[in-house]
Amino acid sequence: MSKFRFAPHANPLLKRCQLYLLLGCMALCLATLTGGQYDPSASRLLATLLGHGDPLTNLIILDLRLPRFLAALGIGAALAVSGSIFQRTAGNPLASPDLVGFTVGSASGALVTLLLLQLSGNAVILGALLGGVLSALLVTGIAHVAQARGERMIMVGIAIAALLAALNEYLLTRAELDDAQEARLWLFGSLDSLSWSKALMVLGGCALLLPIAAQLGQRLRLLELGNDLAEALGLPVAYSQYALLLVALALTALAIATAGPIGFIALAAPQLVKRLTHTSDIGIVAPALMGALLTAAADLLAQRLLAPFQIPVGLLTGALGGLYLIYLLASQWRRTL
Amino acid sequence: MNIHVSYPSRLYSDKLSLDCGSTRICHDISVAIPDRGFTVIIGPNGCGKSTLLRGLSRLVRPSAGKVHLDGKVISDYSTREVAQRLGLLPQSAQAPEGIRVGELVSRGRFPYRRAFSTWSDEDERAVLAALQATSTLELIDREVDTLSGGQRQRVWIALALAQETPVLLLDEPTTFLDIAHQIELLNLLRNLKETGNRTLVAVLHDLNHACRYADHLIAMRDGRILFEGSPAEIITPSNIEALFGLRCVVISDPVSGTPLVVPR
Repeated sequence: MSKFRFAPHANPLLKRCQLYLLLGCMALCLATLTGGQYDPSASRLLATLLGHGDPLTNLIILDLRLPRFLAALGIGAALAVSGSIFQRTAGNPLASPDLVGFTVGSASGALVTLLLLQLSGNAVILGALLGGVLSALLVTGIAHVAQARGERMIMVGIAIAALLAALNEYLLTRAELDDAQEARLWLFGSLDSLSWSKALMVLGGCALLLPIAAQLGQRLRLLELGNDLAEALGLPVAYSQYALLLVALALTALAIATAGPIGFIALAAPQLVKRLTHTSDIGIVAPALMGALLTAAADLLAQRLLAPFQIPVGLLTGALGGLYLIYLLASQWRRTL
Repeated sequence: MNIHVSYPSRLYSDKLSLDCGSTRICHDISVAIPDRGFTVIIGPNGCGKSTLLRGLSRLVRPSAGKVHLDGKVISDYSTREVAQRLGLLPQSAQAPEGIRVGELVSRGRFPYRRAFSTWSDEDERAVLAALQATSTLELIDREVDTLSGGQRQRVWIALALAQETPVLLLDEPTTFLDIAHQIELLNLLRNLKETGNRTLVAVLHDLNHACRYADHLIAMRDGRILFEGSPAEIITPSNIEALFGLRCVVISDPVSGTPLVVPR
């Protein structure tokens, strides 16, 4: 314990929450690598992990399951931290890259690239990112012009998202069957056949962006007090908000470029941490771990629930997230009644 | 009626005009805040009191004119430098869910933090002094959400005090408080002025409170200063009628001897 009584210190509940989440991720790692259609024995698994396993186990564990699991962790962490930044700058638990139109906008971008421009591969990823950024700019631009903040900005986001969703449906109805098959993946994110190169991309991106988010995240403590007081306490408010928004969008873009739009992790993970720790000052580590755990767990379910059929993980998080959103709204209404 | 203060104050404005969107709220205001005084801004709703306060603390960029703080134009300081000289408690301050009193007040030390620097003895002393001055030391482990209105307002003032600025501006600090808590808070502010060598500026709604506690009044209407001076000088029936359109008599407050406005 320090000699100081008032020094900012980590909430003990938050520390415990981080520990449990870390243990949860490790347990999930074991569950993902073993079990399923091909369940290696403990000795084979150990041999593979130590670098002298048999070719079949090597293939399944090292080339298929491990990169997919690691990518799920990275994507989940990126989305959750992004959501946490959105929610705390807007001061609203419903703010997230999903609800300001970024997610559905990236699907539109991908569909336009695939179906209208007839491009494939990296061009589609680029199209998705462009679509996401453009729709986020559109939403924040309209909100800025209309001087809408908080809840009203989210309304703008919902309106734009509905428009773009209609556009997406229209594009799909016009598509050839083969194209539609590929396009569908951009409507719901999926981690199927995820390669090491993509896993390394998302992990590298996290290694770069999460420390920046953690450093900028200190500013959230002041922004939460209201813009006027934050400025009075010496925080350059406008600059801080833009910098935070930029990092949050970059994190979402990273996740989308890796596996398409995986909904609701950004919305739910920070809120779950907040509820478990009874504090709003949740930092970056806890939401990152929570997002990683949720995404990896959802992907494990997506792989095993209807095996051999693989559910796109985005569908599963969407379904679970929808239930969670209903619960969140209901509990908020109960409180205001 | 305008009294032009000729001595240089720490904080003064020079032909300051402030806009909100495309509407001009404050017109051409030249006002000097007396050092180590308790200045209160009064006037009818929507007269630009809060906007003037925000302008003086550089939260609103001037459309014309300048604000001077400690001999320099305020916009020549960095945000952090201003925050070490001038504190503002806005009406819009909100406590994050679940935050405890000690944690909230310690955020007032932000202007003194450097990247990667840790909490210092100086920070510890300032927070303790702020909590003691506002009698909130025993509340440090309480959640701010669970406090009464009066306690919560004292906690916000503690946060502003922890900032340790020689000049402190407060936007309607007594709103939403009952009469006993209003008086308690105003006594606290007067104490701070007398013991802490601070310059205080507050927007207040209650005229009689303003007369009792302020040593300098700034009366505003329609974005201009109608008159300013000590309560005894400027609180007259004709001035009150000009300011609020209210007919009244002014008698001497039987307790404090300051002017007491009684509407007809």
